[in-house]
Amino acid sequence: MYNPQLDADGKLKHLLTIEGLPKKILTQILDTAETFVGVAERDIKKVPLLRGKTVCNIFFENSTRTRTTFEIAAKRLSADVINLNVGTSSQSKGETILDTVDNLIAMHADMFVVRHGQSGAAHFIAQHVPDNISVINAGDGRHAHPTQGLLDVFTVRRYKPEMHNLRVALVGDVLHSRVARSEIHALTTLGVPEVRVIAPKTLLPAGVEKLGVQVFHDMKAGLRDVDVIMMLRLQNERMSGALLPSAQEYFKTFGLTQEKLEFAKPDAIVMHPGPMNRGVEIDSSVADGHQSVILPQVTFGIAVRMAVMAILAGGQSSGGSTGGSA
Amino acid sequence: MKIHIKNGHLIDPKNNIDAKQDVYIAAGKVAGIGNAPDGFVANQTIDAAGLIVAPGFVDLSARLREPGSEYKATLRSELQAAAAGGVTSLACPPDTDPVLDEPGLVEMLKHRAKQLNLAHVYPLGALTRQLAGKLLTEMCELTEAGCVGFSQADTSITDTQVLWRAFEYAATFGYTIFLRAEDHYLAQNGVAHDGEIASRLGLKGIPAAAESLAIASILRIAHETKTRVHLCRLSTAEGVDLLRQAKKQGIQVTADVSAQHCHLTDHDIGFFNAHANLKPPLRSSRDKNALCQGLKDGTIDAICSDHTPVDDDAKLLPFAEAEAGATGLELLLPLTLKWAADQKTSLSEAVAKITCHPASILGIASGHLGVNADADIAIFNPQQEWKVSASQLKSQGKNTPFLGLTMLGKVRYTLLHGQVTYQA
Amino acid sequence: MQLPDPEALLTDITARIQAQLAANGPSNSALVGIHSGGVWLMQRILKSIKQDVAYGTLDAALYRDDYAQRGLKAEPKPSQIPFDVQDKHIILIDDIFYTGRTTRAAMNELFDYGRPASVTLAVLINRGGAELPILPNIVGAEILLKPHQSLQLSQDTKGKLHLSLETN
Repeated sequence: MYNPQLDADGKLKHLLTIEGLPKKILTQILDTAETFVGVAERDIKKVPLLRGKTVCNIFFENSTRTRTTFEIAAKRLSADVINLNVGTSSQSKGETILDTVDNLIAMHADMFVVRHGQSGAAHFIAQHVPDNISVINAGDGRHAHPTQGLLDVFTVRRYKPEMHNLRVALVGDVLHSRVARSEIHALTTLGVPEVRVIAPKTLLPAGVEKLGVQVFHDMKAGLRDVDVIMMLRLQNERMSGALLPSAQEYFKTFGLTQEKLEFAKPDAIVMHPGPMNRGVEIDSSVADGHQSVILPQVTFGIAVRMAVMAILAGGQSSGGSTGGSA
Repeated sequence: MKIHIKNGHLIDPKNNIDAKQDVYIAAGKVAGIGNAPDGFVANQTIDAAGLIVAPGFVDLSARLREPGSEYKATLRSELQAAAAGGVTSLACPPDTDPVLDEPGLVEMLKHRAKQLNLAHVYPLGALTRQLAGKLLTEMCELTEAGCVGFSQADTSITDTQVLWRAFEYAATFGYTIFLRAEDHYLAQNGVAHDGEIASRLGLKGIPAAAESLAIASILRIAHETKTRVHLCRLSTAEGVDLLRQAKKQGIQVTADVSAQHCHLTDHDIGFFNAHANLKPPLRSSRDKNALCQGLKDGTIDAICSDHTPVDDDAKLLPFAEAEAGATGLELLLPLTLKWAADQKTSLSEAVAKITCHPASILGIASGHLGVNADADIAIFNPQQEWKVSASQLKSQGKNTPFLGLTMLGKVRYTLLHGQVTYQA
Repeated sequence: MQLPDPEALLTDITARIQAQLAANGPSNSALVGIHSGGVWLMQRILKSIKQDVAYGTLDAALYRDDYAQRGLKAEPKPSQIPFDVQDKHIILIDDIFYTGRTTRAAMNELFDYGRPASVTLAVLINRGGAELPILPNIVGAEILLKPHQSLQLSQDTKGKLHLSLETN
């Protein structure tokens, strides 16, 4: 099947979504990320892979946190980084996405890291850039956040290497979550046999079970014998209204507390993509507890993003071959 | 001007003709079928050997973008597209800028269209002022100016009290109300069928129930107020079921489906193809099959082009931000023929869905070729292949999910009032 | 062409590495193998010298100058330098020395861990064809090969080393 993320040789050209990527490519990204975890622990936390390349962070939707991790990743690969917060400037002046992108192409950027509030924006940009530019989706609407999905499965693999023998539960607002979609695709592609979602019906998209997950509306049943718990962020504006009556009731029914954590396996790990709403979707004692791997997720996030950029940049000039050079 | 169309195969469903028959035209009217009237001497002869001769097509929904959106399309460009598509009569919805809620605007539109003389334009007046769903328009005045019915275009009347009164008022004068049934709140901000595809792509969904709930209330009100109502562009299987029951109960209701919805589903959104952003949204294959079946068994009366030319800039955006709609006048014939082929139904049935059925819904005399009828004629080759391309399309809108695909069935001549308006 | 026995060459360079370690003091020294052949050799050397000496492995893939053409390998191996490089006498170990580009990449990576006191390069075979001003200090054997020839070191299931020559 045609996949706009892959080139004619089946190599990764853009990273837009995890859906449809072969297991081989996911594994290559995770294995490459392993090599970059070590880089961060050294005196000089930098490798020269992307020397002379320009990575452009185009954020149509503000997110200092995500932008920073991409920026650190690019800089540790020795790339030059340009940050553009379009959300606050050009768009309000009537400039279209393509105007913005065309301008950056004219500045000879090599890689775009794109965040946008609309699903499909990264695909749209990837369709309109010249062949030598790679696009990384840093979150588009409710659709996908592939590097987050990858860093989450990287974290799972680190703590629970037996992926084919795991039970994973995603808890919370799946409906609006691009992270959840990417996590589900990453887990199922890597062979995790049982992925569950636990949420009230108002926070689940139509036909969610078609994504290959089991649906639960109750924490006790949903968390039973689970190895990994992935909490999802609940946006402020959704805490009270027609989706949910109140943050308090949500915490009571779906918030992860020490008590509810005990339904899961005793060695279950707890993850969260951040930023957390303590006391809404997760209790502080769990977030900071010994089963939490939330901070390692952040650390691994940089290594995974470095791996994605390195693999994309490695495929950019496909011509020319140098023979053996041992 | 006297024209003799010879050697063609005439299909005129209303008059039950499906045979090789010559057509004789004089003074803009059909002067004879089969045999030449006495003393008929043709000024022009059209050899239609191997071609189908049919009444000019009647389209229940074509946006011409005038007044207000001339950068998307003009009356001239779109009526040329109509002629190229064999469409000789079309109804245009009132969502122009300004909205067609004043007789002056309607008269102007009719006047401009008449001058161009490429197709008969039948405006649908706004049912409520500004389409805002609050105040009724001057329906009698609008009818006098040329409106053939009243519509809310793509907006819904959320206040059921207003909806009820609009129906009562229209029923007073025997006007037909054209509504696209969609619950405003359930559809709010939605851009795709609420199902697996929308969930995967992270697009805000419009549940099928948004249509069925609205149809249920519209049918109930139509029944209570004894109003003639036409449901525009059905999209769901449940909608087809409700319509079927209503017809059995004797409610005065008719319905159409867009040519796009007879062939495409939400899968055709692919990787966020903005050309597949349509109103109503493309739905599941179950829905599509029910629509095709409903057309076949007569539950759905007509196929319309739902012609909506959109400029490139408005489509060159992420899916949800892109303007909805597809250009359609030139695709109406091949897509209708394909429906008939898929459903193994006759060419005559297919032609009926775009001629006499929509004409009777609009209450106009066109859509057939009886003697003395207006000589509005489409002559086409049902076997001719052509590729949909931006350069090929006469419409100023090049936006269609069928771009790049090969179509079967091409119009060769279009006649309006006995004058050739298009020839390929 | 008659290829030398790699086991004999290994015995030879092990002795010379041991001498180097003795000269610099084992506690101030460290062995670093370059993936994959260099790591096999290092493990064998560590086993036979029976001395407690710091060691690590380098992949150097992230430092290669031909990265833009070749991209990353499908199965990258992490570098592991679990000791402090600062002021150590490092013995870099590789199997075949050819253009010198791998050595350059490995040294660049090594320097990102700290500033070593010295770097010595030990290889099993120098096949000739250096493209940079870099030469190995400890060499098992010199065999001059043509560019279209390719010399490969492999290790069988019992850990025995083999050399093979292929002509493309």
